[in-house]
Amino acid sequence: MAVSNVSGRAARQAVQHGGRGATSRRVVAGAVWAVVLFGAAFGSGVARRCMAADEPAALDYGIPQVRLINEQVRAGWAEHQITPSRPATDGEWCRRVFLDVLGRIPSVDELREFLASKEANKRDKLVSALLHDDKYTEEYARNMTTNWTNVLIGRSGGTERDTLTSREGLQKYLRDSFARNKPYDRMVYELVTARGVNNPGAEGFNGAVNFLTMKVNEENGALATAATSRIFLGLQVQCTQCHNHPFNDWKQQKFWEMNAFFRQTRALRSFVPGTRDVASAELVDEDFAGEGSTPEEAEIYYELRNGLQKVAYPRFIDGTELPTNSGYLSDINRREALGRMIVESDYLDRTIVNRMWAHFLGYGFTKPIDDMGPHNPPSHPVLLDQLAKDFRSNSHDLKELIRWIVLSEPYGLSSRTNSTNVTLDDPQLGETPKFSRFYLRQMRAEELYESLLVATEAHKTRGTYEEQEAAKTQWLQQFVVAFGNDEGEEATTFNGTIPQALMMFNGDLVKQATSMDKGSFLWRVANSELKPAEKINYLFLAAMSRPATKNEVDVANKLLAAREGDVVAALQDMWWAVLNSNEFIMNH
Amino acid sequence: MRRLIPDGMSRRHFLQHLAGASAMTIPALTMAQTLRVHAADLQRRRKSAIMLWMSGGPSTMDIWDLKPGTNTGGPFRPIATSGDVQISEHMPLTAQQMHNLAIVRSMSTREADHGRGRYYMHTGYVPNPNIEHPSYGSVIAHELIDQRPELEIPPFVTVGGGSVGPGFLGMAWAPFSVSSTGQVRNLQMGLDDRRLMQRMYALDLIEKGFIGDQRGSAAEDHQKVLKKTLNLMTSEQMQAFKVDQEPAAVKERYGTDAFGKGCLMARRLVEAGVPFVEVDLGGWDNHQNIFTTLADQKLPVLDKAMSALVEDLDQRGLLQDTAIIWMGEFSRTPRINGNTGRDHWARSWSIVLGGAGIKGGIAVGATNSDGTAVETEPYTSQDVMASVCKALGISLETTFTSRNGRPMKIADGGKVIRELFS
Repeated sequence: MAVSNVSGRAARQAVQHGGRGATSRRVVAGAVWAVVLFGAAFGSGVARRCMAADEPAALDYGIPQVRLINEQVRAGWAEHQITPSRPATDGEWCRRVFLDVLGRIPSVDELREFLASKEANKRDKLVSALLHDDKYTEEYARNMTTNWTNVLIGRSGGTERDTLTSREGLQKYLRDSFARNKPYDRMVYELVTARGVNNPGAEGFNGAVNFLTMKVNEENGALATAATSRIFLGLQVQCTQCHNHPFNDWKQQKFWEMNAFFRQTRALRSFVPGTRDVASAELVDEDFAGEGSTPEEAEIYYELRNGLQKVAYPRFIDGTELPTNSGYLSDINRREALGRMIVESDYLDRTIVNRMWAHFLGYGFTKPIDDMGPHNPPSHPVLLDQLAKDFRSNSHDLKELIRWIVLSEPYGLSSRTNSTNVTLDDPQLGETPKFSRFYLRQMRAEELYESLLVATEAHKTRGTYEEQEAAKTQWLQQFVVAFGNDEGEEATTFNGTIPQALMMFNGDLVKQATSMDKGSFLWRVANSELKPAEKINYLFLAAMSRPATKNEVDVANKLLAAREGDVVAALQDMWWAVLNSNEFIMNH
Repeated sequence: MRRLIPDGMSRRHFLQHLAGASAMTIPALTMAQTLRVHAADLQRRRKSAIMLWMSGGPSTMDIWDLKPGTNTGGPFRPIATSGDVQISEHMPLTAQQMHNLAIVRSMSTREADHGRGRYYMHTGYVPNPNIEHPSYGSVIAHELIDQRPELEIPPFVTVGGGSVGPGFLGMAWAPFSVSSTGQVRNLQMGLDDRRLMQRMYALDLIEKGFIGDQRGSAAEDHQKVLKKTLNLMTSEQMQAFKVDQEPAAVKERYGTDAFGKGCLMARRLVEAGVPFVEVDLGGWDNHQNIFTTLADQKLPVLDKAMSALVEDLDQRGLLQDTAIIWMGEFSRTPRINGNTGRDHWARSWSIVLGGAGIKGGIAVGATNSDGTAVETEPYTSQDVMASVCKALGISLETTFTSRNGRPMKIADGGKVIRELFS
């Protein structure tokens, strides 16, 4: 029996910490459910005040970076005369940290264990476990891999006809990197400079090549130039005309100087014998003769908008030149030179800090997060700079950066607004984020998928890693909308609109999650030793990390009556409603 | 036995009940003032708009504003049309419909990056990190919804593309994105109505509990979207998406490719009362081999579907109330690059408008001899929107005000392109 017993102390803890508000209206009210079933009163129904408001403010766990975040973000509140939202309850915080670190909600067991702890540093301990305990390594790596796959090749990368990208190959590389907590600078260097074959299993396989295999052949590597600058340096060089400030030509020059680093690189196709189907792609570096006459000075040319030709040599974004402009590999490998300059650049640190901050807090210090040029100043410049420096001096350790962010005060705030931050701190209304509350946001499609598996305890029997990922990728394709231009831009319809709601109402995934078949999640809950009201509570704990309210138990009773006493069927109706609710689909 | 929903209570009735219950949750943003100067306009017949969105940025000087014999002109020849304009030889069917369409040849904009251009041409605003503007589809659906109280399916449908979102109008005005097959996934629950409604009742209770905790507009939007979804699942109007029900000859006339089907679906949706439909045709980002790509692939598809749509709407008497907007995020350089391609160009280009009282058969504005500059009054995204609003009877004084007090005039002060209405 996989269903845990949530009665007793743990359930009371859940009430204490997992309820929605600091009022006493949230009660474990098992009585009515029990009356319907047995005609007898049941349950203690102890009402407890939520303790959130009494928690000490802004622990820093003795970590200087946590203190820094708290101080800097508080300074912003003071400046704008904002009172932050109250701290989140333990249940809310636990759910959010599982979602953001592992990409799924906590199981009932995990939640219960956390709620039961009385240790002052229990949050630090949980974060450390999620990041460092072996039992979570695969899930952490999976979550980070999912995010970075989307960043590096998009949601549809690798699904194009005759693609040169192996999504599986990239994921293999990323999963290994994150599982070993490879330093971020090392990972970036490998992605920028990788050589080898894209497909796992092929001779000479190097999954890291899949970042660039589809970006170097067309248009002289314009996509590689743009993606590398944007993703790792936070610089949007692709729009030579953007923002209408008077430096267009400067930008265009920068673009082609960066582009010159990729001109030794090509992706070579191999075909399935006897066909024109691409079997694999190999990313190679070759001598580059340049577009003039002298490979020793392998220059490239580009056109200004007025048609004038200009020349460009490899120059880093800050103007740093190479020891030689030669296109011969024996003189210099331009990509490797670029890789070294990228990992030495401050832009690298600022960009990853901004990206990770946005991952956890919902908004970055700039919007968009990968456009950090001088025209787009950050909301918290001191904080961003210092975190970037500390990230570098901590060996580019992503797990440390995550720990600083999730233990900070702003990450631990409630998503409930108050009268001062409801308008003054609503980025959706155009306000610069002040992080005085946890911004409500939709789970991403991948998070929902994994969370449904965990909530229905289906994650324990799900095939090999590759099979799991293939099934998930196929499911995700229904939400991808491509924009039809050469830059491979795309959007998702998993964005809170009708197609998503239809999927949650009627889709196979939810049908599976609400199955009443023998051995299914609902069947096991219905046939468990749990007392009737606890069955309802179990559903709410599994999906929302809180017990049911009295009103919710009342509705469950009505459903039970409507189902004429069929417990599994009534649970199914309730579970369907729970999974379709805003509270389930949102990270809050 | 107690029942949540009494027998005999219709699903529609139940929905109204839910709607009433959720009326307490006012949208995050309200339209502070909707001044309708021309109230008489409202009395007219129900108006709609169809946008043919050319994703990637089509080279308009190879389609609508040819420069034969110049060093920028490329190989295409102009042909005569049923209007007082010439267009590309690769648009012969559309040429016969040009009496219904007007070319605006003096578009001049500043956004030549795909994302920024798409945003600007869809909203009339340049991207601003601090606010998300609603796309024209959301705005027009919002303004015209009152003309069709019977509409049960979403008022803004985008076929085969992503469009731009509803911005500060909220997710309830988001484009409903479908593929050109018209198949909407996951429509069937397979439960009887009564049980579905009981589930909805439980769901509504949980949703309200969460919203009641002051979680902000995202939580409220979710509830609105749920209601729209339920509406959709139970609506007969969903038939409008089923393009395959059309006679074979009609499908053939539009073209059996995705864009042809999309245009046919647009007509069906407009007939069903949808006020704004966007149909996406991508593949115009022709940095290389532009002329063979246009002649062999893009223009035959466009020509067939666009001409069929205009002709069909005209024959059904719908064209006089349906505005057609053809445009991309920008156009392409007059200069032909080293790969026989054209790159991004926003300084001088064309769009096409028609229907809903817009004068056909004309070209408004002009570019210089090699197409590198406009020689007449330049027009912008805002001017296009202002002109479409005029055609649809939407007052240009309509103003949205965000909760933080920023007033936003519809079409952002764009000016109506006069020649289109003379």
